[in-house]
Amino acid sequence: MNERASESDMEAQASQFMAENPERTSARRRPTEADAATYDREHRGTVGELRSEVPRMRCTRVNVRYGDKHAIRDVSLDVGKNEVLAMIGPSGCGKSTFLRCLNRMNDTVAGCRVTGEILLDGKDIMAPDVDVVPLRARVGMVFQKPNPFPKSIFENVAFGPRIHGLAQSHAELEEIVVSSLQKANLWDEVKDRLAHPGTGLSGGQQQRLCIARAIAIQPEVILMDEPCSALDPISTAKIEQLIDELRRNYSICIVTHSMQQAARVSQRTAYFHLGDLIEVGDTDRIFVKPQHQLTEDYITGRFG
Amino acid sequence: MSEPAQTERDSFARVEAGMKRRRAAERRFRFFGKCAVGLGLGFLVILFASIVGNGYSAFWQTRITLDVTIDEAIVDPAGTRDPALLRAADYGALIKQSLREMFPDVSGRRNRFALYGLVSNGANFDLRDRVLADPSLIGSKVALSVAADDDVDMLMKGHIDRGAPEADRRVKDNQLAWIDALEADGRIRSAFNLDFFSNGDSRDPELAGIRGALMGSIFTLFVTLGLSFPLAVAAAVYLEEFAPKNRWTDLIEVNINNLAAVPSIVFGLLGLAVFINFFTLPRSAPIVGGLVLTLMTLPTIIIASRAALKSVPPSIREGALGVGASPMQAVMYHVLPLALPGMLTGTIIGMAQALGETAPLLMIGMVAFIADVPAGVFDPSTALPVQIYLWADSPERAYVEKTSAAIIVLLLFLAAMNALAVLLRRRFERRW
Ligand SMILES: Nc1ncnc2c1ncn2[C@@H]1O[C@H](COP(=O)(O)OP(=O)(O)O)[C@@H](O)[C@H]1O
Ligand SMILES: [Mg+2]
Repeated sequence: MNERASESDMEAQASQFMAENPERTSARRRPTEADAATYDREHRGTVGELRSEVPRMRCTRVNVRYGDKHAIRDVSLDVGKNEVLAMIGPSGCGKSTFLRCLNRMNDTVAGCRVTGEILLDGKDIMAPDVDVVPLRARVGMVFQKPNPFPKSIFENVAFGPRIHGLAQSHAELEEIVVSSLQKANLWDEVKDRLAHPGTGLSGGQQQRLCIARAIAIQPEVILMDEPCSALDPISTAKIEQLIDELRRNYSICIVTHSMQQAARVSQRTAYFHLGDLIEVGDTDRIFVKPQHQLTEDYITGRFG
Repeated sequence: MSEPAQTERDSFARVEAGMKRRRAAERRFRFFGKCAVGLGLGFLVILFASIVGNGYSAFWQTRITLDVTIDEAIVDPAGTRDPALLRAADYGALIKQSLREMFPDVSGRRNRFALYGLVSNGANFDLRDRVLADPSLIGSKVALSVAADDDVDMLMKGHIDRGAPEADRRVKDNQLAWIDALEADGRIRSAFNLDFFSNGDSRDPELAGIRGALMGSIFTLFVTLGLSFPLAVAAAVYLEEFAPKNRWTDLIEVNINNLAAVPSIVFGLLGLAVFINFFTLPRSAPIVGGLVLTLMTLPTIIIASRAALKSVPPSIREGALGVGASPMQAVMYHVLPLALPGMLTGTIIGMAQALGETAPLLMIGMVAFIADVPAGVFDPSTALPVQIYLWADSPERAYVEKTSAAIIVLLLFLAAMNALAVLLRRRFERRW
């Protein structure tokens, strides 16, 4: 742990060293209490516990470029099994970009290049021979703006199982739809109108429909990009409760602009800043005792 | 302390003063808008009034009832009742005979010819069809309603002035007298002009019908729609959803846009050179017309389809891809259904254009005089707009109303096509 130093010139050296050797940062394990709040603003390596003991996904030195713009720089991060990982940070810092790497949604963006290693259950999903279609069946996604298909509620949920051939019969398909809607805490509200358009639901219901759609294909990881940013507080509370329930069966990665939300739903929190992953750690710890000056500035509301 | 209040009141007054101008501008704008719409509607009314006013009489036809004795000696001298012989018999002689019987005191070649000229040449065929349908009529006397000659028709419709000097009149004095006699006898009546809808083109205006051109247009459009819609939709989907964005696709895009602006006659020349001269497809045939019009409408439909695809929110694609749909599935299940109404609109615009197109059809020979109604896409035929052009170019007075009637048919065809498009759009446009 010789990077840690209280004198600023040493600190600068250390940060330079870490920028050049980011794998060194990932080698570091749980810092002691004494580490807290000792990294100043210039330090751009990742501090905190970026590895999980039971990783579902493991990212190492992920870089994303949009043309010339370097949107994500050398990010290494784990998503643990049955955990909710929250990603916070000022807007434009690359949270969505990073999230979209995890199911290779960035493939669909023209001019976007992703490098690095992303393992799902130990297998590299960035390998050229990986087919994104089954990958996205394993890593589901819920978007910022609820985007149900302009079809019936039933069809919205049934689409995924149908294209993946998960149901042998219509009865089985119905079963999947019902249980997905139940898991998404939406069943009671829509059970009488499954044939009605999904777009006719309220915003919060639409978002839960999108979650039902995502879990209907039994993913292992669910990515959520600011799922509550367009919702009222009551819908938000419902979705947060839902996320907590879903954690039992899935790993969840959630981008949020609300630190309260991150604190409420997540076990671990990652703080991004201008394309760098600044700090990762247990949510309980980060909000109480951030180690990095930038993290502290952000969560105390000095900017963001 | 009073300063801010002062300026506040000032600015409020300024806003108030400005409001008057704004409202006036808005009123002016609305007024001009109404004027423009009114002007447009006015011209539309004038257009329709003149076309319908000129054309509606073509749907009526003057018919003369003749008592024809079907003389076995003329029709079937051998008495075999052989259809081939019956078909070849001289029915004109029977018609002439019946006219002579009605006006026995007409003498002289010239006068007789004038008398025979009262009825259409088509009378022979009417009589033939009657006899062929029922040979037992041979030997008896039948009342036969035949189309009057176009000059008689024009006279009865009031387009020939009885008061004009005889030399300037196409219906002479003696003919006038016979017509009056026939009318007094109750033998002249006006009937719905079925011939107009069942006949092809003819040199005799009273026999000329729209059916040949209508079928030609239908076949041509059939080919055009069948080729251009799938091709254009496939091209649009590929370019919009799958093609990489690079210099080549940019080039293609520019070229498609330019193609939409190429004068249609150029497509006709291309069709002549490629389809007729090189591929030796038949001249004057709807298949070639359809191919040429396909080339012409493709860019229109492609551009409209791409716009329709662009207007589908990307979130729909993301949603589909996010649950693991392949790009093809995302397009087929979600994007295409949402874009279809827009694509249909573009297609209908393209089809309407194709329906009204004349110039390229002239180049590939669909302007020829063709009396037979085409039975398929390889038969020689003409098309509605070309028929309108041909009739408008003909000297006989009777073609004036035919021209307008053909325009009415063309417009109705167009309206029917649009109605179909609206129906289809309603059906697909369940955007929820
Ligand atoms: N499609 C894109 N093309 C170019 N730049 C992009 C694109 N998407 C995002 N960016 C840039 O990448 C950076 C990170 O964006 P994003 O991941 O959306 O941030 P966040 O979700 O944290 O607000 C931003 O600076 C943004 O301008
Ligand atoms: Mg974002």
